Amino acid sequence: MIRPPLFLPQGMMRHFLLSLATALLLLALPGLAQAQDTATDILTENRALIEKPTRAKIAPVIDALAASGDPVAATVLAAWAEKGLGLRKADGTFFLIEASGDSWLLRDLTGADAGTAPKSDVVELRPNAGVRGLIATALVQFTLSDPDPARRAEALTSIARDPEEAHLAPLRAAIPGEADPALKAQKERLERLLTLRFDPDSAARVAAITGFGADLGLDLRGALNPLLATSRIAFTGDLPEGANLARDLVPGEDLTEEEAYDLLVTTGMAPARLTVEEARAALLANIVDGAVAGVPVSELGTQATRDRAYTALEAAGTVPPAATDAEVAAAIAAHRFAEVYEEPDSAVTAAARSALDAITTKVGAMQAADLALDAISLASIYFLAAIGLAITFGVMRVINMAHGEFIMMGAYTGYVVQLFIANHTLSIIVALPLAFAVTFAAGVAMERLVIRHLYKRPLETLLATFGISIALQQIAKNIFGTQARPLTAPAWLDGALTFNDVVSISYIRIAIFVLAMAFLLFFLWLMKRTRLGLEVRAVTQNPSMAASMGINPDRINMLTFGIGSGIAGIAGVAIGLFAKVTSELGSDYIVQSFMTVVVGGVGNIWGTLAGAALIGALQKGIEWLNPSNTLAAQTYMILFIILFIQFRPRGIIALKGRAAGD
Amino acid sequence: MNGLKGMMLGGAMGMALATTALAQDETIKVGVLHSLSGTMAISETTLKDTMLMLIEEQNAKGGLLGKQLEAVVVDPASDWPLFAEKARELLTVSNVDVMFGCWTSVSRKSVLPVIEELNGLLFYPVQYEGEESSKNVFYTGAAPNQQAIPATDYFLEELGVEKFALLGTDYVYPRTTNNILESYLISKGIAKEDIFVNYTPFGHSDWSKIVADVVALGADGKKVGVISTINGDANIGFYKELAAAGVSADEIPVVAFSVGEEELSGLDTSNLVGHLAAWNYFQSADTPENAAFIEKWKAFAGPDRVTNDPMEAHVIGFNMWVQAVEKAGTTDVDAVREAMYGLEVPNLTGGIAKMLPNHHLTKPVLIGEIRADGQFDIISQTEPVAGDAWTDFLPESAVLEADWQTLDCGMYNTETKTCVQIKSNY
Amino acid sequence: MTRQTFTERSFLAKNPSVLWFILILALFTLGVTVLSEAYGVAFISTSFVKTLGKTLCLCLVALAMDLIWGYAGILSLGHMAFFALGGYMLGMWLMYARTEEIVVAALAQGGLPATPEEVRQGIAVQIFGVVGASEFPPIWAFAHSFWGQLFLVVAVPGVLALIFGWLAFRSRVTGVYLSILTQAMTLALALYLFQNDSGLRGNNGLSGLQNLPGLSDVSQDDLSIWFFWASAFALGAGYVLLAWVVSGKFGSVIRAIRDDEQRVRFLGYSVEGYKLFVFTLTAVIAAIAGALYYPQAGIINPAELAPIASIYLAVWVAIGGRGRLYGAVIGAAFVSLLSSWFTGGRAPSIPLGFYTINWVDWWLVLLGLSFVAVTLFAPKGIGGLFDLWQGRRSPDRKGAALGPDDSSLQEKEAMK
Repeated sequence: MIRPPLFLPQGMMRHFLLSLATALLLLALPGLAQAQDTATDILTENRALIEKPTRAKIAPVIDALAASGDPVAATVLAAWAEKGLGLRKADGTFFLIEASGDSWLLRDLTGADAGTAPKSDVVELRPNAGVRGLIATALVQFTLSDPDPARRAEALTSIARDPEEAHLAPLRAAIPGEADPALKAQKERLERLLTLRFDPDSAARVAAITGFGADLGLDLRGALNPLLATSRIAFTGDLPEGANLARDLVPGEDLTEEEAYDLLVTTGMAPARLTVEEARAALLANIVDGAVAGVPVSELGTQATRDRAYTALEAAGTVPPAATDAEVAAAIAAHRFAEVYEEPDSAVTAAARSALDAITTKVGAMQAADLALDAISLASIYFLAAIGLAITFGVMRVINMAHGEFIMMGAYTGYVVQLFIANHTLSIIVALPLAFAVTFAAGVAMERLVIRHLYKRPLETLLATFGISIALQQIAKNIFGTQARPLTAPAWLDGALTFNDVVSISYIRIAIFVLAMAFLLFFLWLMKRTRLGLEVRAVTQNPSMAASMGINPDRINMLTFGIGSGIAGIAGVAIGLFAKVTSELGSDYIVQSFMTVVVGGVGNIWGTLAGAALIGALQKGIEWLNPSNTLAAQTYMILFIILFIQFRPRGIIALKGRAAGD
Repeated sequence: MNGLKGMMLGGAMGMALATTALAQDETIKVGVLHSLSGTMAISETTLKDTMLMLIEEQNAKGGLLGKQLEAVVVDPASDWPLFAEKARELLTVSNVDVMFGCWTSVSRKSVLPVIEELNGLLFYPVQYEGEESSKNVFYTGAAPNQQAIPATDYFLEELGVEKFALLGTDYVYPRTTNNILESYLISKGIAKEDIFVNYTPFGHSDWSKIVADVVALGADGKKVGVISTINGDANIGFYKELAAAGVSADEIPVVAFSVGEEELSGLDTSNLVGHLAAWNYFQSADTPENAAFIEKWKAFAGPDRVTNDPMEAHVIGFNMWVQAVEKAGTTDVDAVREAMYGLEVPNLTGGIAKMLPNHHLTKPVLIGEIRADGQFDIISQTEPVAGDAWTDFLPESAVLEADWQTLDCGMYNTETKTCVQIKSNY
Repeated sequence: MTRQTFTERSFLAKNPSVLWFILILALFTLGVTVLSEAYGVAFISTSFVKTLGKTLCLCLVALAMDLIWGYAGILSLGHMAFFALGGYMLGMWLMYARTEEIVVAALAQGGLPATPEEVRQGIAVQIFGVVGASEFPPIWAFAHSFWGQLFLVVAVPGVLALIFGWLAFRSRVTGVYLSILTQAMTLALALYLFQNDSGLRGNNGLSGLQNLPGLSDVSQDDLSIWFFWASAFALGAGYVLLAWVVSGKFGSVIRAIRDDEQRVRFLGYSVEGYKLFVFTLTAVIAAIAGALYYPQAGIINPAELAPIASIYLAVWVAIGGRGRLYGAVIGAAFVSLLSSWFTGGRAPSIPLGFYTINWVDWWLVLLGLSFVAVTLFAPKGIGGLFDLWQGRRSPDRKGAALGPDDSSLQEKEAMK
C-alpha cells in the first residue's frame, strides 16, 4: 500500500523535535546524529538492526526515520509495519515490495517502479508486533490529521494502546480540525484520558477524572487504576516525607505477621528467619567427631534434636543467631506498615479513588448482567441439544443414547455442505434443512430397524442405541478423521453485540438463543395444535385405544422419532458453528442432555426449558465462584444434579395423573 | 467354557509363534510406538508415517551396519496402560533395538518403567514439561526452557506485556509449565496478582466467560498477554470466541504452545492473524534442508500433508541414532547411548542440534505469527538453546541436574552432591 | 422344583457349573504356568501373561456386573468406577512405598539421618513434582500403610456405593433413570479425578504400579505369574461366592425383584435393602478386581473410569449372556481378548478393491453393530449356545409391542 508523501504541520514537527528523550537517543546512535539524513541513509546504516528488529533497540531508528523530514519517511514506516518493505540480499537495497505470484513487484522508496525480483532474492522484513506498535506510535504525528478517516482512526487506536505524554499536545491540536463527529468524540475522549494522566496541572487532572462520572469504559479504568497503584512500606515513627498514604496496615489484620516480617526482611530492616535447609547445612558444616555441638549425628533424625543442636551452636557462637519467634514479634511491633500511592498528588488519587469506587459498583452490576447473559446462552445451548431428546425420551420414553451422534451428524452435514457451497450464508441456509433431512432419515431407519423391536425393554434400548452410538462415532472418525473440521459462521454472525465494555454477547450465541426459542414454539405448536401432535399424545398414552380410533401407532412412532432426531441434526449445525465439529461432539452433550430432560421433568417441554436454565445458571454460578477451574464447575454441577434427582425424582415439573404413566 | 479355553490357548499360540520365529534377526528392528487409533491417532499417525519414510530412505542408502532396517509398528490405541504393554511386547517379543514413540506425557510415564526395567531405548519427539531425565529416553522435543521461557521473554521484552493470563487444559503439561512460568514471571518482577491462571477440561467449548475475564484483566491499564497451553480441539472454541469478542493480537496477544499447522486447519484463521505460536520448527522455515524435507514428505505421504515440530524432532532423533550406531558399530543400547553424547545433526530450520549429556537437544526457539492461510510467519528465531531437564525456576528442581555421561545420574542433587535416584520419576 | 429338594440337595450338586468352572480355571492356570517364562518352557511371553491376568480381573468385574444386572435387573453404568477406585486405593500405597524406598536411600547419603518430615516431604516432591505440587493432600493420610490402603480398597468403593445406592433406591429411582444416574456419577468422578487438585495426580494418574515395593529384585516374569495366580484365585473365589449368593433364597428374591419389583414389595420383602446389598457387594467385588488389575497394567488414570468403560462392561456381559455367571466370564474374556487382537493390528485387513477394511478403524463399528444384533436377535448371548446344546428353550410368548411407553398395553393383553 503506497500513499503520497505526507507533509506535517510545522508546529507538530517542532514539538516532536523538541522531545528531549528522542534527541538524546538520536545522539546515542552514531550515524543518526544528523536529523537531515534521508530515509534511505537511515535504513542502510541500520540494516542489521532493521533485519532483526527488537523492541528494545529499534526505537531510535524509528524515531530517526520519523524525524528525518524525508517526505518518504511516513510511507516507508507504514510499508515496513505492513510487511511491505523488502531488502535485496545482493546489495542491501531497500524496496517497497508487493507479492505477485512467485516474485516480488519492486518499487524504490519514492514509489517509482523498479521491476520485479524472484522471491528468493529479496528478504521480506517482518517486524514483530512490538516493533509494529512502535512504528504505529511514531506514525501518529503523520496520521492524526490525515485526510483518510481510517488512517486517523488507526492513529487514535495506536494512542489509546500506548498513551504517551508526548501525544497530548498534537492530539489537542488535532481536535478543532476534525470533521467526522464520531472521530471527534473519540479524540475528545482520548484527550480527557491523556489529560488525567499526563497534564501537569493537578486541577485539570481532577476535572478530567470527575468529568467522566461512572463511565464503564475499559480505557477509563485502564487510566485510573495506574493512578491508584500502591506499594507497601514499613517505617518507624512518622510517615516518610512526600508519601501519599493509601491506608495503614495492621499486622495480623490487613496483612499476616509472616508478610509483615518478610517486608521487613526484604527492606533490610530485620534479619531473615532460619529455613530448615539452612539449619541442615549449618549442622552439616559443623560435624565434629560424629557429633554436632555434642549431639551425636545418629540422633539428628528428628527436628527437635536438630533444633537443640542448632541452639547449642548458636550459644557457642559458631553460627549466626537466627531470628526467634519472639524477636520476630518484637520487630513487627516496632514498625508501622502502610500502603502508599505511587502517584504523589493526593488530590488526584482522592478523585480517582472516588471515581473508581463509583465505577466498581456499576461494573459489579454489569458483570452480574454479563454472567446472566452467559448463563442464558449456555442454557439455550443445552436446551437446543436436549430438545430433540425431549421428544424421543420425554414424550416417547425411548432412551436414545445415539442422540448425541445425531447432533454430530448434523454438524458434519454442515461441514460437508460448506465444502460444496462457498458462500457461508447460503451454505447455512442449505445445511439446516439438509441436516434435518439426514438425521430424520437416520432416526426413522433406527426406529424401524432397532428400537421398534425393543419397546418393551427400555434397558436394552439403552444398550442397543449405545452400540449404534459407538459405531456411528467410529464411522465418522473413519470418514472425516479425528481432527476437528471447520464449520464457519457467515460474516454477519461474526463479532458481538456490545452493550458496554463489560456486557457483551456474541451474535452467534444470540442466534442459538433465537433458534432454541423457535424450536420451543415449534414443539408447542406441533404438540398442541396439529393433528400429528394429538395422535402422538394419544399413542404414547394408550396405544391400543389410539389404534382402535384409527391411528396407526407404527407410523406415529416412526414420525415422532424422526422429528426428534431431525431437530437434533439442526442443533448440531448450530453447535458446530459456535464450537467445533469432531466425532466426539455428540458425546460431549449426551449426558448433559439427558440430565436436562430428567432434571426438568420427563414429558414436559417447559420442564426441559427449566432444566436447561437451572443447569446453565448453576454451571456459570459455580464458575463464577471458582474462576480458575472450569473442570470443578462441571463436577459440582453433576453432583448437584445427582442430589437434586434424589429429592425430586420426577424433576422440576412433574407430570401428574394418567400422563405420568406408572 | 471350552470355547474360552480354546480362545486363550489360541491366543497364546499366536503370541508364541511371534516369540520364537524371529528370535535370531537378520535385520535391525526399529519399534514405532505411536497410537494409530483413538483420540491421539490424528497427531501420532503422522509421526508413524515419518518414521516409515525415514527408514525407507535409510534402507535405500544401504541400510545400517550392512543390515536392512525393519520397522515394527504397533498400535497402543491412545490407551495409556496399553503403551506399557506394547512397549514390553516390542522389547521382549519383537526384540527391537530402538523405539520411536509416545506423544502425551502420560503415555511416556506409562512406558518409562518398562524400558528402564528391560534397558530399552526410546526417542520421544514432543515438547513436554521437563522435570525428568531417564537413562533410556532421548528427548528430542523441547523442554520448557526451549519453548515456554523464550516465548515468555518475547512477551516481556518485545510486546511489553505486564499482565499474564495462563490458560491451559487441565493436565500435567500445562500444570507444570504454568507453575514454572509463574515462578519465572515472579522472578522477573511481575506481581502474583497480575498472573491469572485458568484450567479447562479437554475439549472445552464454552469460552465466553473466560474470554470476558481475560479482557477484563486490562482494566488496570496494564498490557495483557495470554499464554495458552490449551490442547487440541478446545483451541477451536477458544479462538472462535476470541475472534467474536473482537480481541485483536495487537490488544491481547495470545501465544500458544500446542497449536501448530495441523490444529489451525480446523479453523478460519482470518480473524486470528497476528496471534503467536512458539515451536522449534515451522513448515514456513526458509532453509534448503526444510525445502528438501517438505518435498520428500509430500512425495511420500501426499501433496496435502503439512509438516510440524514433532516430525522434525523425529528426523533429528533418527539421524542421530543412525550416526550413533555407526559410531558404536553395534545396536547395543548402552554402547549407542554412550555414542550419542555430543553428536551433532543439522536442524531443518538451520543450525545444529547437539545431544547433551542430560539426553536433551540444543534447539533454536522460533516464534511465529499466524497468517491468514493457516501457516506461520517466523518473526523471531533464537540461537540454539540447550535443553534443561530440571527447570531453574522451581526451588525443588533448581538444585537438580541430569548428566548421564559423567555423573551417570538423571536426578543429581548439586547441593548434597548425591544422586537422588537412578530410575526416573514416574 | 419343590421346597423339599431345595433344602436336601447340596450347593454343588445344584450347581454343577461351579465345579466345571473351577476345574477349567485350575487347568488353565496350570497350563499358563507351565508355558510361562518364569516357571515353564517360556512358550508364552510375559506381556501375554499380564494380558491374561488382566483378562481374569475383567472376568471378575463382569461377574459382579452380571449379579447386579443379569440377576437383580439394575443396569449400573458405574461399576467400572468402583473398579478404578479399587485400583487407585492400592496404587496409592504402591506409589508411596516405592517412592519411600528411593527417598530414604537418597537421604541416607545426605550426611545427617533424615527426619520423618524430610522423608515425607521428599516423597511428596517425588510424587507430586510431576504435576507441579509438593504437598501431600489429606487423602494420602493412610498411603504409608499397606493394610490401611488395603482396607480402603474395599471401604471407599463400598461406602460410596452404599451412600449412592441408599439415596437412589430410597427415592425409588429405577430402570433407565438409575442407569443414567450411575453414569452421571461415573462422569462426575472421572471429571473430579481429571483435576490436578483432586490430589491423585490428575490426568497423569498413578504410574509405575508394576514395580512392587521391596521386591525390586524379583523380575517381572515372576511377578506377572504371581499376579496371574492371584487373579485366578480371586476369580475362582468370586465365582463360588456369587454362585452361592444366587443359588439360595436370596437369589430367588433378587431375580423376583428383576422380574416384578412391585409384587416383591407387596410380598413384604425389603426391596431397597436387597438392592442396596447387591449394589454394595458388587461394588466391592469390582474394587477388588481393580486392585488386582492395575498393578498388572502398571498405570491408572482417570480415563479408566470414563463412562464408556462401564458401558463396555455391560456389553461384555450382554454378549456373554446375562443371568448366568459363566456367561459373564465368557463374554468378558471373549470380547476383551478379541478387542485387543483386532486393535493390536494383528488382524488381517480385508481388501475390497475400492477400499481396504482396516480392523484398527472398523473394529469398533463391528463391535457396536454386533452388540445391536445380540440385543435384537440373541438376548441370551453366547451363553445361549449352552442352552441349545442342552436342548433347553424358552417358551415363545409371541408378544407384540405396540408402543414404547410403560403404560402401553401389556403383552398378554395384546394377545387377547
